[in-house]
Amino acid sequence: MKRVTLVVALAAMSTFVAGSVTAQTLKTVRDRGALTCGVSQGLPGFSTPDDRGNWTGFDVDFCRAIAAAIFNDPAKVKFSPLSAKDRFTALQTSEIDVLSRNSTWTMLRDTQLGLNFAAVNYYDGQGFMVRKSLKVNSALELNGASICTQTGTTTELNVADYFRANKMKYEVIAFSTADETLKAYDAARCDAFTTDVSQLYAMRLKLAKPDEQMILPEIISKEPLGPVVRQGDDQWFDVVKWTFFAMINAEELGVTSKTVDEALKSTKPDVRRLAGTEGNFGEQIGLTKDWAMRIIRHVGNYGESFERNIGSGSKLNIDRGLNKLWSKGGIQYAPPIR
Amino acid sequence: MVNPNLDPRGYQPGGVPSRERRFRVTTWARANLFNSWLNAVLTLATLWLIWTVCWPLLKFLLIDAVWDGASRVDCLADRVGRDVGACWPFIGAKLPQLLYGFYPINEQWRVNLTAALGLGLLVPLLMPSLPYKTANAILFFGVYPVVGFVLLVGGMLGLEHVETRLWGGLLVTLVIAVTGIVGSLPLGILLALGRRSEMPAVRGVSIIFIEFWRGVPLITVLFFATYMLPLFLPAGWAINPLLRVMIGVMLFAAAYMAEVVRGGLQAIPRAQYEAAQALGLGYWRMMGLVILPQALKLVIPGIVNNFIGLFKDTTLVLIVAIFDLLGQLRAAFSDPNWAAPTTVATGFAFAGIIYFCFCFGMSRYALWMERRLNPADR
Repeated sequence: MKRVTLVVALAAMSTFVAGSVTAQTLKTVRDRGALTCGVSQGLPGFSTPDDRGNWTGFDVDFCRAIAAAIFNDPAKVKFSPLSAKDRFTALQTSEIDVLSRNSTWTMLRDTQLGLNFAAVNYYDGQGFMVRKSLKVNSALELNGASICTQTGTTTELNVADYFRANKMKYEVIAFSTADETLKAYDAARCDAFTTDVSQLYAMRLKLAKPDEQMILPEIISKEPLGPVVRQGDDQWFDVVKWTFFAMINAEELGVTSKTVDEALKSTKPDVRRLAGTEGNFGEQIGLTKDWAMRIIRHVGNYGESFERNIGSGSKLNIDRGLNKLWSKGGIQYAPPIR
Repeated sequence: MVNPNLDPRGYQPGGVPSRERRFRVTTWARANLFNSWLNAVLTLATLWLIWTVCWPLLKFLLIDAVWDGASRVDCLADRVGRDVGACWPFIGAKLPQLLYGFYPINEQWRVNLTAALGLGLLVPLLMPSLPYKTANAILFFGVYPVVGFVLLVGGMLGLEHVETRLWGGLLVTLVIAVTGIVGSLPLGILLALGRRSEMPAVRGVSIIFIEFWRGVPLITVLFFATYMLPLFLPAGWAINPLLRVMIGVMLFAAAYMAEVVRGGLQAIPRAQYEAAQALGLGYWRMMGLVILPQALKLVIPGIVNNFIGLFKDTTLVLIVAIFDLLGQLRAAFSDPNWAAPTTVATGFAFAGIIYFCFCFGMSRYALWMERRLNPADR
């Protein structure tokens, strides 16, 4: 509660500051010659520095996609690593142009902070990890289980709700840090480990025997993560939103970073509109005709970015689950370009 | 009982030196460690404690450690086929980041040069036997900060501009610690003198300053400077985040330093002041020539205590999103390519060793200096 009050107070103060400067973000970015993008200070698969000190990850890719759309150069991004506490303030005070830092879209954040969530680029949610030797295939079979979790987070409440709704007994063993919780789970002090699914996959890598663990299919909470911009600059809001939609549409139409040149020659009307060979959709939002092809060429479509950073092409090997396209059984869906 | 043949290395033809030495060690042990039942038990208990603590540590850090590898799989017990201790290739892969942060690779020579210049000026300054102290001090305190600033920040003399947001790792830790240490001592001395001054305005300002900074926690200072200040400043106004933190740490340390120095000033007998005045010395010369040299010498342990505390406090900047050594390490932990069971422990062990080296170095130098200045106390 205290944190919420603080955030609201900060938001109220910042409206004096933010109101006057947000109007022309796209122009500011162009004049500066680079996008400033807020990312996490280190979240496996989403934003993390590699061995050469370059930021990589799923959230980082989205920053690069915006830079590619504007400058045709995915390297024109300045990354601002932010903690959970300072991320919204950084956006409100114009320190960054866009926040791409696994932020959950909630009503309070969307309506009270002077911010807008542009899209949901990753549907996360709380799940369970168990040892395969437990022979459990569903969270509904966890009756009587002891569950390791981190204290002071909503995960504990979600577990309580879920077990009560399903009339199951459970025992919570809570620890103050994520690493401690993991250690307890590794030492078999509890049957299941719970946190957001994207974290479960990352935590699994730190266990002595990752292959002997499994993540149960049930998701018991909604954590829609997405990029955030300041309120009051609709053009910039459109740029960020449609950068994401372009990546989704490209996957749906089968356009990948390797088939960009074929797409440019395509005769299919929806591919032509995406490629910019028909219509002037890019120019309508202040970009160029080939804006979408710039994104796909440099960063790839949604599926490519997902698999490379967090999916089967990465160490994390996260199942796409809800993040599959709507046509493949998931809920990722983008309005058409026309 | 004493059999030289048990130790082939110590055994020499004639056998006398080895025999003599062993004889001494056993007598010494018998006289000091096993001279009573209580002492014998304590000795054995201590040995057991050392064994239970040191052996696992040694095993983790050296014996079971993995030294070569390219990613996490090389540090997995299943892959190596035995228990796995420290995963040193992780540190190897991340070392440039732990030292320089995100400083561009092609420009890292500038950091090295700055460090080399600093060492080259600091070491002779710390060795009392070397000449030209005044010139050396002017170079280190006057010229070096400017040169270091130009080298690290760039943007002039053909050097590419490197934003401080790209700085990180040990570079940031040292920049904050060195400016804090170098800045807080003179400021602390002035504040201590101010607090003992007979001029009410000077004394009042000093007291308010000292009590204010001692009254708020460093985390609050850093937090306020980083998140609240920008909200109050007009749009477009921005103080560099690293600079904000450096100033915060320095002012904070100065308040503590002032109280340490004041303790030294109070220990100087009244007669010293009177003698200095009788010689016709004014206030500043009295303080500079007579009082401060004696007072500071007395409080060396306190001053060094503050320096060491300040050095370790720099890790708090992590909470305001500045990547010092520890922050950079935490970011490195998030790399899925290196996520293995022992990565985190390895990283913290490495950071611990680095911090220990710096703090222990400061402490030993201070001890040596103290002895040198007080030959009578030896």
